[in-house]
Amino acid sequence: MADLRSNFVGIKSPNPFWLASAPPTDKAYNVVRAFKAGWGGVVWKTLGEEGPPVVNVNGPRYGAIWGADRRLLGLNNIELITDRDLFVNLAEIKQVKRDWPDRAVVVSIMVPCDEESWKAILPLVEETGADGIELNFGCPHGMSERGMGSAVGQVPEYVEMVVRWCKQYTRMPVITKLTPNIADIRKPARAAHAGGTDAVSLINTINSITAVNLDTFSPEPSIDGRGTHGGYCGPAVKPIALNMVAEIARDAQTRGMPISGIGGVTTWRDAVEFMALGAGNVQVCTAAMTYGFKIVEEMITGLSNYLDEKGFSSVDEVVGRAVPNVTDWQYLNLNYVTKARINQELCISCGRCHIACEDTSHQAITNMIDGKRMFVVKDEECVGCNLCVNVCPVEDCITMEQIPGGMMDERTGHRVPDHYANWTTHPNNPMAKAKEPAE
Amino acid sequence: MAQGQFLTGIAAGRLAADQYAENFSDLHEPFSGHEARVEADRCYFCYDAPCMTACPTAIDIPMFIRQIATDNPVGSAKTIFDQNILGGMCARVCPTETLCEEACVREAAEGKPVQIGRLQRYATDVAIAEGVQFYERAAPTGKRIAVVGAGPAGLACAHRLAMHGHEVTIFDAREKAGGLNEYGIAAYKSTQDFAQAEVDYVTAIGGITIETGKALGRDISIGQLSEDFDAVFLGMGLGGVNALRSEGETAASNAVDYIAELRQARDLSALPIGRRVVVIGGGMTAVDMAVQAKLLGAEEVTICYRRGKEYMNASLYEQDLAAAAGVAIRHWLSPKAVLTADGKVTGIELEYTRLENGVLAGTGESLTLPADQVFKAIGQTFLAAALNGSGAAIEMEGGRIRVDGEGRTSMPGVWAGGDCVADAREDLTVAAVAAGRDAAESINRALMGGANG
Ligand SMILES: Cc1cc2nc3c(=O)[nH]c(=O)nc-3n(C[C@H](O)[C@H](O)[C@H](O)COP(=O)(O)OP(=O)(O)OC[C@H]3O[C@@H](n4cnc5c(N)ncnc54)[C@H](O)[C@@H]3O)c2cc1C
Ligand SMILES: Cc1cc2nc3c(=O)[nH]c(=O)nc-3n(C[C@H](O)[C@H](O)[C@H](O)COP(=O)(O)O)c2cc1C
Ligand code: SF4
Repeated sequence: MADLRSNFVGIKSPNPFWLASAPPTDKAYNVVRAFKAGWGGVVWKTLGEEGPPVVNVNGPRYGAIWGADRRLLGLNNIELITDRDLFVNLAEIKQVKRDWPDRAVVVSIMVPCDEESWKAILPLVEETGADGIELNFGCPHGMSERGMGSAVGQVPEYVEMVVRWCKQYTRMPVITKLTPNIADIRKPARAAHAGGTDAVSLINTINSITAVNLDTFSPEPSIDGRGTHGGYCGPAVKPIALNMVAEIARDAQTRGMPISGIGGVTTWRDAVEFMALGAGNVQVCTAAMTYGFKIVEEMITGLSNYLDEKGFSSVDEVVGRAVPNVTDWQYLNLNYVTKARINQELCISCGRCHIACEDTSHQAITNMIDGKRMFVVKDEECVGCNLCVNVCPVEDCITMEQIPGGMMDERTGHRVPDHYANWTTHPNNPMAKAKEPAE
Repeated sequence: MAQGQFLTGIAAGRLAADQYAENFSDLHEPFSGHEARVEADRCYFCYDAPCMTACPTAIDIPMFIRQIATDNPVGSAKTIFDQNILGGMCARVCPTETLCEEACVREAAEGKPVQIGRLQRYATDVAIAEGVQFYERAAPTGKRIAVVGAGPAGLACAHRLAMHGHEVTIFDAREKAGGLNEYGIAAYKSTQDFAQAEVDYVTAIGGITIETGKALGRDISIGQLSEDFDAVFLGMGLGGVNALRSEGETAASNAVDYIAELRQARDLSALPIGRRVVVIGGGMTAVDMAVQAKLLGAEEVTICYRRGKEYMNASLYEQDLAAAAGVAIRHWLSPKAVLTADGKVTGIELEYTRLENGVLAGTGESLTLPADQVFKAIGQTFLAAALNGSGAAIEMEGGRIRVDGEGRTSMPGVWAGGDCVADAREDLTVAAVAAGRDAAESINRALMGGANG
């Protein structure tokens, strides 16, 4: 059996599944239930500075998009950081950490962007015995209007500055949580790195409006007829999060910096994908909020079976395995030629591949052969784009087959070269540099 | 269990009072909005969809389903009504298992087609409940058309003619309009007086007058109609029934008559049914009769069919429906004599049959089944007598009215469609709708001097 134990920047947990800073980690009651269910760690719901707690709206705070059977695909929220008293939270954190010494308890913090505020809160958190802190530079609504959250996370200089203060005033490991509401995620990651952060975590939620009520013309969620953009999370954001994690993992300046992967993790498979792209562990929010804490059992057994099947002995063996395979477009092999193949045994004749290719792609699939409804790929037209595979409702009915080097590509009328060649040396590229392809 | 359950002979009130409502409720529960959207999402929106080709009225099924999926049931209903103004009834009565749903690619993929019929019902129910009328009459043309028969064929024809701005008068021999929708379809397929609601919905377009209690051949004649109107459409269905050609036949009842009575009964507990019932036949009517006898509380109901299972006109789905209701289906049995004593049915004598060189023949061995009631459900016939007295005769073919590809009879200005004609179409509600609609287009072209006029 593979070893699922995780050591993330020195913070140990029995498994790499943490709950992200959010309602599931807002108080001891929830966190204790999570630990009983088997979660490896939590990032406590973000604490603010001492004083009157923030207030939340008293109407709905969530919007959502669903699949047909109301499967929750994306959630958005306009909740702020914890609205409970700082000292109540600190006392609970202390108690929970004492009662659950083998679990990771990290405390998320967001205070105004000045040295005094950070200097004031850090000792209070450290006193709880928590394992580390996470700097919430991500919250995209409400707090950002007050110069915190993503308002900080969007300015790399601020990120670096705050990280530096934290490293200066606490001995706890510092995880910097990044906002995805930025054009190039590498910039704040590099800044956090420069400030000396121990790790970054990402993504926080994405600015979004999930829906507009077409009777009242209010955005959802509607507070007395008006709405505001909220933070988007859940399965829908996973592809965005995966890319951002990968960008940081393969960036020359931040390569090797520990990453806690967040964003749409719903199953063990999602978690392993994040890890393969460089995340040392994952954090989960929406999936737990949708199904309850029990899902961690599925994640644990799924991860364990996967590692066993692959012959990996520990989680660390997966971390970063896919990173070398993430590259720039210019380095993709242009001599890799594929054609779609439709398995006639499996084909149910829905015709979706035909109409997709016919209307929107390359007119490469028949709909009729000898007067019979039949869908066959015309190699002389197929560019190998794979659209048909994605619209086909039958798994594995359409597959992409590689035309090996030396064989004829019916579309171009040329034999497929049997060597790797990319855009950097392509004759159509006015900027083509060298004879030998780079990378 | 009600007292009447084991009453011998033919008796009413075999079930507890509340059991009737339960037994005769919807065969398929209507979808809720959410159920409909989930089911609609199963549709693959096929290219050149096979279901659409399989539908006799060629409804754009993928489109109407997509409109349901996108929470646009009213738009969906219009897509349906554009091709089939009786889409509501068809959603309830079509043997979808041999039409659209048989062709569904998900049937090929997993043996579980998209439930097209139930989705169609969902959309049409919404539109009818909201009273949305999609069609306006074109400017009046001044043309008047007589339609004989207010069944699916006649109603579909009338609606399409009204759309084109013509004035339509429908004559029907019965007391109520609707044809077999009102008098023939199994009660659990058309609940809550849907047939009348649909007639009202269809005629709400205006320009259609229905005169019930007016029979062609009795109160009106073809000759007179041809004189008074610019065109005539005959959608009279099948008024007669086939003969058993066995002894004691008069003691047997006609399934269609009994079903008509059942459909019109205000109080089903007052409708007498035998304790032991035998139904002769192998089609949809036989199944409907047998199942409804069972639902009325008959203890033992047996369908006897003179050929094997594979020859039955009732689809496998309907045979299963009968079996699930507790009906026994026996094959290779041909009726010889309906047995009576003191004027009451006591049983039926049947002879075993087999195919000899492709010809059905008796084996000589016979069987007697005890029965209190014997129903004939061996097919209906067209009563050509109604057409008599019109001077020029309308040509027949195989006992029904001969028509060309556009529904034109041999008599100028007279069209026909539905069960009463000899054409390639099956005797189904949806086929009658298609025939009526297409004849209306042909009539319109003829009257308005269109290209094919
Ligand atoms: C018991 C039974 C169950 C059935 N179940 C189904 C089913 O589940 N699904 C399905 O698709 N099909 C079913 N059918 C078949 C379907 O009902 C018919 O195919 C369809 O009704 C034919 O429509 P129509 O308009 O041609 O004739 P009809 O519906 O028979 O209508 C003919 C109309 O003409 C009137 N008429 C007849 N003669 C005269 C006259 N001389 N003068 C004036 N009016 C006249 C009649 O009163 C009637 O109203 C069933 C049939 C029967 C008998
Ligand atoms: C209701 C709600 C409140 C949240 N509050 C916080 C917060 O206080 N601090 C924080 O760092 N992230 C917060 N988040 C963001 C989550 O921690 C997480 O980054 C995000 O939801 C993406 O992960 P997921 O797709 O698994 O939900 C919140 C998310 C939700 C849904
Ligand atoms: S791979 Fe693309 S081009 Fe080729 S058949 Fe499929 S959709 Fe058409």
